[in-house]
Amino acid sequence: MILFAGSLHLGLIYSLMAMGIYVTFRILNTPDLTTDGSFTLGLAVSAALTAIGMPGWGIVCGILFGALAGTVTGFLQTKMDIHPILSGILTMSALYTVNLFILGDRSNLSLLGSKHLFSMAAAAFPNVSKDVTRFVAASLFCIVCFAFLAWFFQTHLGLCIRATGDNDDMVRASSIDVDAMRIIATSVSNACVGFSGAVAAQYQGFADISSGVGMMVVGLASVIIGEVFWGRRSVTAGFLSAICGSVIYRLIIALALKSNFFPAYALKLVSALIVIAALSLPALRGRLQLSSARREAKRHARG
Amino acid sequence: MLEVKRAQKTFFRDTPNERAALNDLSLTLNPGEFLTVIGSNGAGKSTLFNAITGGFLLDGGSITLGGEDITWLPPHRRAFMIGYIFQNPTRGTAPSMTIEENLALAYSRRKKWPLRKGVSKEDNSFFREHLARFEMGLEDRVKDKVGLLSGGQRQALAMLMSTIARPRLLLLDEHTAALDPAAAQNIMRITDGIVREQKLATMMITHNIRQALDFGTRTIMLEDGKIVLDMSGDERQNMTISRLMERYSRLRVM
Repeated sequence: MILFAGSLHLGLIYSLMAMGIYVTFRILNTPDLTTDGSFTLGLAVSAALTAIGMPGWGIVCGILFGALAGTVTGFLQTKMDIHPILSGILTMSALYTVNLFILGDRSNLSLLGSKHLFSMAAAAFPNVSKDVTRFVAASLFCIVCFAFLAWFFQTHLGLCIRATGDNDDMVRASSIDVDAMRIIATSVSNACVGFSGAVAAQYQGFADISSGVGMMVVGLASVIIGEVFWGRRSVTAGFLSAICGSVIYRLIIALALKSNFFPAYALKLVSALIVIAALSLPALRGRLQLSSARREAKRHARG
Repeated sequence: MLEVKRAQKTFFRDTPNERAALNDLSLTLNPGEFLTVIGSNGAGKSTLFNAITGGFLLDGGSITLGGEDITWLPPHRRAFMIGYIFQNPTRGTAPSMTIEENLALAYSRRKKWPLRKGVSKEDNSFFREHLARFEMGLEDRVKDKVGLLSGGQRQALAMLMSTIARPRLLLLDEHTAALDPAAAQNIMRITDGIVREQKLATMMITHNIRQALDFGTRTIMLEDGKIVLDMSGDERQNMTISRLMERYSRLRVM
């Protein structure tokens, strides 16, 4: 039960990031590596502000700083014409310094004894189990983020962004500013990732400079797992499936760790393998079909 | 409506591949005029279209549209004045978005606030009404993804998308060349209807000589970035395909 509750909490918190990844990876069709940096950025900002007694502002600033990081990456991609992958890596790399600075030149900041949103929620409802208050708090964040994204991508601006990811040519021939759309989308994506980091910091009660390593792969894995169950339908369904994917991912990991199937340090490797398997599936299927078609043709020619 | 004055564009300047794609080309197009553009490959037809849409900037000369000088305007700032249809039906539409979302994108250029609802109720009925005129049954499929449509259906949709916001100029770049004959005929019927109804200034590139003479009110032939033939009225009425083909081959030899 504890295992289940913990996975559910983590799944919901990391689903904020998964939805952010969905924006760049599926809607914009451009994987964004800023994620590893902007997750830690949200984490660090949130922890630093919580430590001085402003947990609410920690969340708000986590979102804003994440958006800012995304804007930088988007700017490098479009206006400076740097390859999208490299732009993300550059921002991520630069953010490492920024994050250390925010944490006060430390690689670790503990929130032990500081009031944060989860402890406040627990204090507000002393009769309710801690697992439940944590679940409700995490769900609230998740619902807010989901509602915003679902609404945003049905607005005119949202349609323009989706079209940019879907058919660059068409958008270039229309009156939409492609560069602006890419910058806004990357920014929204990293705002979600920063949000996720900010909530995670207060949930786990500490910030660590290396928390963001491999986050992008975790997000991708969540998105892909969600799609296995939900398929690829509308954008709104996409965000929902990212949430489910994130929770399922956490459950799988927790179960595997519990059953000693693999040690905790194998987590990133497993995440990467999940993503590789999912992404290479279409190619493998195509090759299989080709070889069976060949066999069939040979038989036909002989017959 | 459209005025191209002494347009000049040289590609690969100062290299052995230097090529004048537009060579002191001037062209005036009046509202309601439907111009068909012919010429061999590399004659400068697509280059002319690209110059008008802002795909590149001219080396010399100017372009005005509806009295406004657009020579230095970036592409997305001119786009709302110009409807453009590509040869490839997949280029003009967004496949993983629905029909109504595609149309909303094209239509909403006229409205302002970016965070309003993408597809409103009025939009929906307005689009259905327009789609019904194509008699393709698209009006009942507005919530279908565009990727599910056939080439002809996608091109018809692209046609509506480029004209629904009432542009000043419509550019058609061999927009029926990739379609089967029946679909091509249907798209030409739709094109003709829209151009007549909106009295649009239209330019259509085609390699189909019959199409060039059958449709529109005026025909020009390009060669080496220049207009070598400009026909309208009686001269065009009396022109036959074989005589025009003769002009083609004569130019080729030269």
